[in-house]
Amino acid sequence: MTQVQTETRDITLTQALNEAMREEMRKDERVFIMGEDIQSGVYGASGGLAAEFGPERVRDCPLSENAFMGAAVGAAAVGMRPIVESAFCFMWVAMDSLVSQAAKMRYMFGGQVNLPIVYRASLYYGGSMAAHHSDRSYPIFMHIPGFKVVFPSNAYDGKGLMKTAIREDDPVLFCEDRTILGSRAFVPEDDYAIPLGVADIKREGSDVTIVAIGGMVPRALDAAETLDREGVSAEVIDPRSLVPLDKQTILDSVAKTGRLVTVDMAHKTCSAASEIAAIVAMEGFWSLQAPVQRLGTVNVHIPFSTALEPLCYPTAESIADAARTTMS
Amino acid sequence: MLDNNDLLMEMQRRMLRIRRFEERVIQLVERGEIVGAAHSYIGEEAVAVGACLALRDDDWITGNHRSHGHPIAKGGDVNKAMAELLGKSTGFCKGKGGSMHLADFSVGILGESGILGSSIPTAVGAALGSQLQGNDRVAVPFFGDGASNEGAFHESLNLAAIWKLPVVFLCENNQYAVTSSFKKMVASENISDRAAAYNIPGVLVDGQDVIAMYEAVSEAVARARAGEGPALIEGRTYRYFDHSLGLNRIVRDPYREDEEVEHWKQRDPIIIHAKLLLSQGIATQVELDALESEIAAQIDEATEFARQSPYPEPSALFEDMFANPIPLE
Repeated sequence: MTQVQTETRDITLTQALNEAMREEMRKDERVFIMGEDIQSGVYGASGGLAAEFGPERVRDCPLSENAFMGAAVGAAAVGMRPIVESAFCFMWVAMDSLVSQAAKMRYMFGGQVNLPIVYRASLYYGGSMAAHHSDRSYPIFMHIPGFKVVFPSNAYDGKGLMKTAIREDDPVLFCEDRTILGSRAFVPEDDYAIPLGVADIKREGSDVTIVAIGGMVPRALDAAETLDREGVSAEVIDPRSLVPLDKQTILDSVAKTGRLVTVDMAHKTCSAASEIAAIVAMEGFWSLQAPVQRLGTVNVHIPFSTALEPLCYPTAESIADAARTTMS
Repeated sequence: MLDNNDLLMEMQRRMLRIRRFEERVIQLVERGEIVGAAHSYIGEEAVAVGACLALRDDDWITGNHRSHGHPIAKGGDVNKAMAELLGKSTGFCKGKGGSMHLADFSVGILGESGILGSSIPTAVGAALGSQLQGNDRVAVPFFGDGASNEGAFHESLNLAAIWKLPVVFLCENNQYAVTSSFKKMVASENISDRAAAYNIPGVLVDGQDVIAMYEAVSEAVARARAGEGPALIEGRTYRYFDHSLGLNRIVRDPYREDEEVEHWKQRDPIIIHAKLLLSQGIATQVELDALESEIAAQIDEATEFARQSPYPEPSALFEDMFANPIPLE
C-alpha cells in the first residue's frame, strides 16, 4: 500500500486500519496478527503487512477459528499482543474460545492475567451475501462482560481507535463495517490515539439527538441534512465505543434536544440501540418530550435478493422519518 | 530405570499430597464447607505428577474441571488451592474461580476450564508465544477422553502440528466422560491413535505408573524444546469416584461394574510407586511413614488456612474484570 505523503490526505478506513497496525507493529514487537488469508490481504486491512513483518508476525491460519482465537488468549497470557482478523460471521464457530476463555479468564482467575487481544470483526452486510455472511450481532459482545467493543464510523476514528485497541490490555472486539470500509476521511500523519469511552458529536443540533453506530453514522448524517432542509436541527452522536459507553455525552445531548433516535445495524432486539434507549429512558426520562425511537435491522435473517435485502436495514430515509415522529 | 532418588521420592510426595488433599475435599464437601461441584482426581495422580515433574517451573500447563491435582503436581501452593475451594479471598483466584477454575500463573498454571477442550487452544497459544519470543518453554494442556471428541482438540493438534509448536497434549483417559465409556464414544481404539491424523507422535502410557508417565512426557518435552513440534500422550488411568462428588446419589443405573473399579484400585499409583521405592531400597517404611505425616500436616494446615481466611469483600465483585477498569454496574 502506498502511503500518501501529504498533510491533507484523505484515506479509506481500510487504509487507516492498515496504517494503525503497521505503526504499532513497528513500535512493539509483541504485536502480531493471525487470521485467514491475511498474508495475501484478501480481506483488505492486513494487506502488505506480511511483506514488511514476515510470515511469523502475520500468520495465515487454517480454518480453525476456535483454535486460533483461543490461541490468541494463550499467547496474550504469556506476554504477546495478538491481533486476530476475522469476519463476524466466522466468530460463531469460535464462541467457546471467545466467551469461555477470552472474556472470562481475567475475572475468573482473580485478575492474575491481562489479555491484550484485538479481535477484528468484519461485518459484511449490505452486499448480497445472504444470511450466513451478513451477520452484525456485535451487541452480543456488549452483553458478555469482558470485552471492550469498538466501532469506528470513519477512517480518522478508525486509525485512532485501532491504536488504542492494540495498546489496550484487555480483549477488544473491533468492528469493521464493510459498508464504510472504502469511505475516505482526513487522517493526519501524526501518531494519535482516540480513547475508548469518548463519544464524538458528528454534527451539532438542537431539536433531536440521533445516536448512530458504525455504518449507520453516515446515514444519520444524510438524514440530518434532509431534516435541516425541513427546519429540524438534528444532533448526530457516534459513541465510537459501546463498551465502555460514553452515556454522559448522549444524556447531555438529550437534555438539550428532548428527543432521541437510536440507530443500529444489528437486529433491533437487544441491540446497542436498545441499550442506549434503555439508558436514556432510565436516566434521561425527564428530558424527553417524545417517545424514544429505536431503529435496527428487522428481526429476520438477511435475504439474498436485492429486492429484499435493502428492506432490512435503517436508511437515511427511515432515520429521518423516526426523527420526524419524535417531532410530531 | 530412573536412578534419581530425590525425584523418585518427590513423585511419591506429590502424588500423596494430591491424594490426601482430595480426601480432605471429600470431607469438606460432605460437611458443606465446599459448595458447588467438585470432581475428584483420586486414582489419576500418577498422570499429573509424572507429567509435571518432567516440566520446568517456567513451562505452562492448562487443566480442566478435574484439576485439583494439576496445580499441586506443578508445585502450586496447597493453602491457596484449598482457600480457593472454600471461596476465600486468599485463594488462587481470590474466590472467583473455585474448584473447576484454579489458576496460578506464578508457577505456570494458565488456568483450568470447566468447558471441556476449551483450554487446549490456550495452551497452544502459550506455545506460540514461546516460539515467537524465541524461548523454549513448553505448554502441556491436560484434558480427558471426553474432550478428545471436541473440535477444539482436533483443531489444536492440527494448528500445533503445522506450526511445530512446543505442546505436549496430555490426554488423561480415565475412560468415562461422566457416565459414557470412551469405548463407545471414541472411534479409534486408543486416543493416542488420533495423533496419526496430524502427523505427530502418539504414545499410549500406563497412567498408573508415574515413572512411565515421567519418561514418556520427558521425551515429548525434549522434542518440543528442540523445535520438533508437538506430541500426543494418552495416560490410561481411572477415577475411583464418580464424575463429580455426590453424583452416585443421582445416577440410577450403574455405568461401570464394581469388579472394574476394584480392578483399577488394585493398580493404585501410590501403592505401585511405594512398593518400588521399598523394593529398590530408595525409601524405608519409616521414611514413607514420615512422608505421610509431612503431607497430613500440610493438608491440615491448608484446611486451617482456608477456614481462617476471610471471604472476599462485596467490593471485590466489581474488581478484576478489566486491566484498564471501566464503570460497571
